[in-house]
Amino acid sequence: MPVMHPTTIDEATALLAHHPGAMVLAGGTDAMVEINDGHRRPNASVVAVNRIAALRSWRHDPAAKTLTVGAGVTYTELMHEPIASLAPALAEASRTVGSPQIRNAGTLGGNLGTSSPAGDGLPVLAALDAKLTLASAAGGRTMAVTDFIVGVKRTAIEPGELITEITLPVVEGWQGYAKVGVRNAMVIAVASVALVVDRTHERVAVALGSVGPTILRCPDAEELLASSIDWATLTAPADALERFAASVSAASRPITDHRSTAEYRRHAVGVLAKRLARRAGASL
Amino acid sequence: MNEIFTLHVNGEDREVRDSWLGENLLDVLRDRLGLMGAKGACEQGECGSCSVLVDDELVCSCLVMAASATGQAITTVEGVAPVGAPSDVQQAFVDAGAVQCGFCTPGLIMAVHDLLDRSPEPGDTEIREELAGNVCRCTGYGRIIDAVQQVAVARRSAGGELGAST
Repeated sequence: MPVMHPTTIDEATALLAHHPGAMVLAGGTDAMVEINDGHRRPNASVVAVNRIAALRSWRHDPAAKTLTVGAGVTYTELMHEPIASLAPALAEASRTVGSPQIRNAGTLGGNLGTSSPAGDGLPVLAALDAKLTLASAAGGRTMAVTDFIVGVKRTAIEPGELITEITLPVVEGWQGYAKVGVRNAMVIAVASVALVVDRTHERVAVALGSVGPTILRCPDAEELLASSIDWATLTAPADALERFAASVSAASRPITDHRSTAEYRRHAVGVLAKRLARRAGASL
Repeated sequence: MNEIFTLHVNGEDREVRDSWLGENLLDVLRDRLGLMGAKGACEQGECGSCSVLVDDELVCSCLVMAASATGQAITTVEGVAPVGAPSDVQQAFVDAGAVQCGFCTPGLIMAVHDLLDRSPEPGDTEIREELAGNVCRCTGYGRIIDAVQQVAVARRSAGGELGAST
């Protein structure tokens, strides 16, 4: 049975244990491009995970102030209520992914499975210190998204493991995502920034996409903005915003490739970060 | 490796033979099942000309592994209306002059039906965002947007109050 359709996580991990070479297929929006281009050919078996109800569900824990999203939840679901209010930056990032067709198929788990530096959900997950859960026939483990992504399209996933869910905090404050591409729609990020302003803990988090081999956090810039922000209004002085932007640019490690130049990307993340910080201040 | 599986397309069970593992739904629809409505251009989800509905979700059939779509309801442009009796969206495309070379049209017809089913009265900005995944190189989109608005207006006047139908 070359394409298998497990309906539970246990069934899926048992199949992955018995078929070590099996390809895991989620929304297909990355995998099928590679297959269509002839860069990848499933040679033995495919485990399609789109009928596993547990992967398609999500839950909000108000006491723990967390949102847990199944790996098979699509961008379309993420960008709409009720999830959108719980994770606004993730909704905003999801809305920038591809087209309606892509967002109907592509999943958050697939974004992590591919772990492209340009994956739109990833800077948001990194800025929120999100954790992901991996299941296998041998058991399961949970790790930080930032530890899971280890290089360009390289992750810490082990053979037989399946990404099952992602847990992120429901933050009181402001959060947003901004991206630069050659047009507004249907575009792969040339540079992207996620900003989280956490009023409860008076912390700032910034994560960058497409300007390094993995998603980059910016500890210096985070510290700088957190120390200069007025937590009552979420505003910061103009000179602090300039220093914040410069610090974000300095934290980037971009390369020049077919999509853009290193110089442009370094500049762009600074501009985007400053823009997001202004939006945070304007949000109240 | 040859795959034998059954797809449920436009209300009928269709057996697929001689498909290879990993073959996309677009190629299976066109080359194995003879349904030439969905078009293939980019094969990477950029152009939308292969758009179909799978379990009522608009997707690019080039990015669906055909053998993974067993048991799901697939609707192609051939399933939208009988031959010779165009749907209101198809007729509006003709009336508005939204068809030039026609290559993108089947995908757009699917996308517009999907849009209007979810959002009966879309504004121009919403239409543009919702159709952003369907590339047309002829029309400049103006008449496509006109066609969508024509259908919205016609359905509103025909159906009475919004939400009363469906």
